[in-house]
Amino acid sequence: MTPVAGIPKHVEATLSRRNLLKSAGMLVVSFAGFDPGEANGQAPAGPYPEVDFHQLDSWIVIHEDSSATFYVGKTDCGQGTGTSFRQLMADELDVAYEKTTCIMGSTDITVDQGGSGGSTAMERDSWPMRRVAAEARRVLLEMGSQRLGAPVDQLAVSAGVITVKGAPSKNVTYGQLIGGRKFNVTLTGSNINATNGRALVKPVQELKNTGLSPQRYDIPAKVDGSLKWAVDMRLPGMVHARNVKPPFAGAKLVSVDESSVRKMPGFVKIVTKGNYVAVVCEREEQAINTAKALKLNWEKPATAPFPSSEDLFRYMREVKPTSSSRSVVVGDPESAFTNAPKLIEADYDVPFQGHTAISPAHALADPSNGQMTIYSNDMKSYGMRRGVADFLGMPREQVRVVWMEGPQGFGRTAADDAGCEAAYLAKEIGRPVRVQWMRDEETAWDTKAPAFAVKLKGALDAAGNLLALDYDARSADYNHVGYNEPDTVLIAQLMGIRPAKPASGSASMPSEMYAIPHRRMATHVVSLPLVWETPLRTGNLRDPNGPQSTFASESFIDELAAAANADPFEFRMKLLTASSAEDGGFRRARSIAALKAVADAYGWDRRSSPKPRGTGDTLTGRGIAYAFRGQTVVAEIAEVEVNVRTGRVWVKRLVAAHDCGLVVNPESLRHTVECAMLHSLSRALHEEVQFDGEKVTSVDWNSHPTLTHADVPGEVRVVLVNGDPNPNRPDLPPYGAGEAACKPMLAAIGNAIYDATGVRLRRIPFRANRVLAALKTSQA
Amino acid sequence: MSVTLKVNGKSHTVDVDASTPLLYILRNDLGLQGPRFGCGLGQCGACTVIMNGVATRSCIVPASAAKGEITTLEGLARNGELHPLQRAWIDEQVPQCGFCQNGQIMTAKALLDRNPKPNDAQIREGMKGVLCRCMTYYRIQAAIKRAVKTIAAKGGAA
Ligand code: FES
Ligand code: FES
Repeated sequence: MTPVAGIPKHVEATLSRRNLLKSAGMLVVSFAGFDPGEANGQAPAGPYPEVDFHQLDSWIVIHEDSSATFYVGKTDCGQGTGTSFRQLMADELDVAYEKTTCIMGSTDITVDQGGSGGSTAMERDSWPMRRVAAEARRVLLEMGSQRLGAPVDQLAVSAGVITVKGAPSKNVTYGQLIGGRKFNVTLTGSNINATNGRALVKPVQELKNTGLSPQRYDIPAKVDGSLKWAVDMRLPGMVHARNVKPPFAGAKLVSVDESSVRKMPGFVKIVTKGNYVAVVCEREEQAINTAKALKLNWEKPATAPFPSSEDLFRYMREVKPTSSSRSVVVGDPESAFTNAPKLIEADYDVPFQGHTAISPAHALADPSNGQMTIYSNDMKSYGMRRGVADFLGMPREQVRVVWMEGPQGFGRTAADDAGCEAAYLAKEIGRPVRVQWMRDEETAWDTKAPAFAVKLKGALDAAGNLLALDYDARSADYNHVGYNEPDTVLIAQLMGIRPAKPASGSASMPSEMYAIPHRRMATHVVSLPLVWETPLRTGNLRDPNGPQSTFASESFIDELAAAANADPFEFRMKLLTASSAEDGGFRRARSIAALKAVADAYGWDRRSSPKPRGTGDTLTGRGIAYAFRGQTVVAEIAEVEVNVRTGRVWVKRLVAAHDCGLVVNPESLRHTVECAMLHSLSRALHEEVQFDGEKVTSVDWNSHPTLTHADVPGEVRVVLVNGDPNPNRPDLPPYGAGEAACKPMLAAIGNAIYDATGVRLRRIPFRANRVLAALKTSQA
Repeated sequence: MSVTLKVNGKSHTVDVDASTPLLYILRNDLGLQGPRFGCGLGQCGACTVIMNGVATRSCIVPASAAKGEITTLEGLARNGELHPLQRAWIDEQVPQCGFCQNGQIMTAKALLDRNPKPNDAQIREGMKGVLCRCMTYYRIQAAIKRAVKTIAAKGGAA
């Protein structure tokens, strides 16, 4: 295979390995399933069949110098997961961390672990990696035993060298045993997560690199400009495309005036189907200009697609839900509420919030030789391969996705949409096509975290104990789009393609461990009038519903604490210690440990909120909140300064206590948690998708503000906690990180603003004008 | 029109429409990948280059206005040695995805060239318009402070 110009070196080296024994100076094995006819005796329908995860050779290649390359089915969206995989696999394999490399997420050379999502990198996907690395070590020890003429239990292994115990001159390296050759070992497991060999993984105490913080290997090339990203991919003969989106949600394309652009420089083609429109030009700026100049005639829909963002929460509360969950009931909430001495009620609102990635979506598709290669940063490259193949009606074996780095991937981003668009256009044009969305397109049309309207009710007894709590959430999440679905990607929607039924969507419940005698929790999903071809389409954004529901529930707990005249930390501790029931994951004990750790690290003084109102322009206050995501628990404290003249909120200090079980790389975990907190700080202070009755109006960084350097707290501190109540137990398994830390932040900020000012803000975001208005109302 | 640009010390002549934004010339004609498209509106900083000593948003500079010495991220290292800011970025492990970091580093470079010892408020102010959606701001500011120290220790020369 001739190397294609412009493919990054590491990708090129691995792509070319299919037909060459030698690439990048190393002998390599070929994967099972790569050679037509090898797998199951049947010829695959194309050159890119799936990589067989049952072959050890699909996961690990040992080179002659005893270095190892790991091929994993994940993508690293900037949280440093690749470095952590190397640490764990190096530990299980017994090679030096420095002598390992990790190749990720390109569908024809790495096994399909689904890419990224749900903070599952360590929690779920690191397990098969550890097991296959342990299996490789086992096989190598057996080979070493034969070579050295000593039984396996007489052998020691360190940094890729096997020695006979007590006779260190008798040794052999991994490279000498297998360098550049195949293991030919078949693994077991009914699915990839269950992949297993005969070896057992090591006990945590024996993992040497795990728990250390080697620097992330991907960072140097990101700061010296040498990394080639998906956005940098260029191919000979490629053309540039830009979409032209409907100017109103639900608009119908009536006519296209090709003559308005036919004579423009570099013009190649206008592609339309249904309401999908794209222009293709030789150069990038030509495509941008042509897309702007193209005259189209659109017809507005007969009825309004959605209410305006100002009217959204009224609409959500009044409309009949499309579905409702079964209520979770503890005790007898109804009579508790009827007889309670003190009742509190409040409504909480969170608007739609988008991904608004720093780089608009992009992809390059190459239709050469009747196959389809997509160069993409999509975090679910494997799903994109299937989605594109199905969308184009091509056998999956003819489609591959080469994963390359890109802007933040926090869930179902528009990268999914751009991949299908590029592939469709490449097939139409017969040349490689690069698609890039524009800023307004990205900000208006990327998928959104659903808006939430939550109703809360609480009952306190005369002593200020929480007797009963009612949580009732509505989420505007009907037709939540999945990942890379050939019938819900935007191009499919605009072409009029629909699945049989829209996805039902979801809302979520609080995730704390409070023991409350009487409780009812219910969730509902509501739909906006327009379901298809709308910019207000929901999709996963980190924990899709967690920040919204936690904002409501953890703010309301604060309201109850204030009504009980109790310290917000102690009020929570009392609710946690009210039950001693042991639970899976020791969630109650770990909640208490996280809350204690964050209070200690912050230096929390016990008193009720709000604090006596200060004088002067700047009021300060502190707020606390906590939540689980899966088995990961995080507690956060924010200290804010509120300027009462401008309404501006500045968060001075942020402290988190984070317990996600086994920590693989503490430094990169801390960094991920820091950034997750700031992401939610941005959502708390700035972010809101705004729209009038026909289109999204927040379309750039002026109309859709985000956190900036000016907002950065003076201190951001992350304390890593092991809250396991039994100190003699080996570490808990690794749980997820990234999403959990996003959850409590909105409430922590709102609670801190209340502490500072005595004003309770129940609607996100806390923009200066809203804070100011609330302060004024409270004084009036 | 034919435009001659001096980028990272080398001269290049390209034939493009006079209105073509500098960003596309750097990326598509010169094959540079430091400057990136983020908004095309001068609002995010991802496309920042240093033009005649000034941090400049190449997405809104037409070819006809691109004059003088242009430095991109690729041109910051000297004799194979990273600029102290780049070093500090690695030491502080700044990036998450890293997409915005070109703009962060180039803007910080122009800031330190103007003011080698900025205080916290000046760093916030000077960097304010460069956005990071992974929210690595806290570490960016730490890295700038670290680079300030290295540069001072080297006698002020970056
Ligand atoms: S791309 Fe130039 S400022 Fe955003
Ligand atoms: S590091 Fe991802 S946008 Fe800044």
